[in-house]
Amino acid sequence: MSVQVRIPTPLLSLTGGKKEVSAEGATLKEVIEDLERQFPGMKERLCDEEGNLRRFINFFVNDEDVRFLEGENTPLKEGDIVSIVPAIAGGS
Amino acid sequence: MTYVKGLKCRECGRTYPKAPQFVCEWCFGPLEVVYDYEKIKKNFTKKALENRAPNMWRYRELLPIDGDPVCGHTSGFTPLVEAKNLAEVLRIKKCYIKDDSVNHPTLSFKDRVVAVALSKAKEFGFKTVACASTGNLANSVAAHSRYSGFDCYVFVPYDLETSKILSSLIYGVNLVAVEGNYDEVNRLCAEIAMNFPWAFVNVNIRPYYAEGSKTYGFEIAEQLGFRAPKNIVIPAASGSLVTKIYKGLIEFYQLGLISEFKTKFFIAQAEGCAPIVNAFKENSNIIKPVKPKTIAKSIAIGNPADGVYALEIVKKTGGYAEAVTDEEIIEGIKLLAETEGIFTETAGGVTVAVAKKLIEKGIIPREEEVVISITGNGLKTQEAVQNHLKPVIRIKPSLEDFKNHIKGGV
Repeated sequence: MSVQVRIPTPLLSLTGGKKEVSAEGATLKEVIEDLERQFPGMKERLCDEEGNLRRFINFFVNDEDVRFLEGENTPLKEGDIVSIVPAIAGGS
Repeated sequence: MTYVKGLKCRECGRTYPKAPQFVCEWCFGPLEVVYDYEKIKKNFTKKALENRAPNMWRYRELLPIDGDPVCGHTSGFTPLVEAKNLAEVLRIKKCYIKDDSVNHPTLSFKDRVVAVALSKAKEFGFKTVACASTGNLANSVAAHSRYSGFDCYVFVPYDLETSKILSSLIYGVNLVAVEGNYDEVNRLCAEIAMNFPWAFVNVNIRPYYAEGSKTYGFEIAEQLGFRAPKNIVIPAASGSLVTKIYKGLIEFYQLGLISEFKTKFFIAQAEGCAPIVNAFKENSNIIKPVKPKTIAKSIAIGNPADGVYALEIVKKTGGYAEAVTDEEIIEGIKLLAETEGIFTETAGGVTVAVAKKLIEKGIIPREEEVVISITGNGLKTQEAVQNHLKPVIRIKPSLEDFKNHIKGGV
């Protein structure tokens, strides 16, 4: 299962400046593991000490917040787009 | 003259130099402005304030700009109204309205944050300003951008109130209506901000922008005669206003401008978008996002950026978080208008209705005082109330016809 992952600015140093990368995995969790294999150091940036997704990062699968889906267990299919977006934006 | 040391991550404590940067590069936590309070103490005193003009820049030392402000010279210092009629109806000892429905120039508290954001954007050398908005912020960025000479793009959900759209377009700026809700607009803007060299006031300028809200709290304390209120009810969208009023009062306390700070913080949300209230009631520290469905569009943020911090403040000050229905919101708007002659927007209806509910429940004691935060103007959300008002009395231009409708006279 190959998906496209959009990388936010703070993580570009890990991907060598690439804003979009391909990753393998049947769930978001597996994709994060694959990102770690490709870009060592990625996982500790995306997950806290307990391995949970960091609370100030929002993950989207095809424009839907994974907290409305199944969180890190959200299933992925070929060609899905995963966006990693800093949560701390916005006012009104 | 600068009093800013730099930026610091609220989550992991990493520090950064002043830059248009809004998240910690390590953990994505929000960045906060750090001040040199020792230096501030020397220049910022009650005495110094006496001779300063009544606008938000009277608190200049506690705002994160290095040079002179480029706008907002007439923003802030809005009335703190002692609402005697409303207090009587609510059967509470004292009630104050902090009335930003008349903030200059765009009739909402957003003129405070935007004045700081655009002044800072100028210092950073940006030519274009932008924002994700539910309306009020777009109006304010649009207006201030003209005054201070920026190109301007504002992004809003496509289904906003007509008046909020028009009140941005009138300034001749670029308005982008996104087919989605605010959270989707916001996310899009976070991505655009990474691809365009623009100052998004509530994205990459956010640490500075948000500081402007402190002035709302400073003013309440100053207008009460340099003391903090006993209870304050604040509407929550992103939760930022709650955290900044709190920070403002703490700063006043630490600088010795107020001698006591025991304010209880109460959060008001609409039932159709109450992620912070939900977490409070479930006694959870995690804010679960929601899909908003409420007439209070200006505070319809389902994924509140500062939700966790706002929630912490409510808990540690002994406050409470409560939500009200759309019907209660309309009643709240009408109650404030009919008692105090103040026409607020839907968010203000939320705050008034929540204050009423908390007083009735005994959570805000009747023998205490309460400050109700009114942050926007009713002229911008007329659709919300138009079918809930008395009918117009239409008559022919004759005394006879008038008497057919109105009894009395001689």
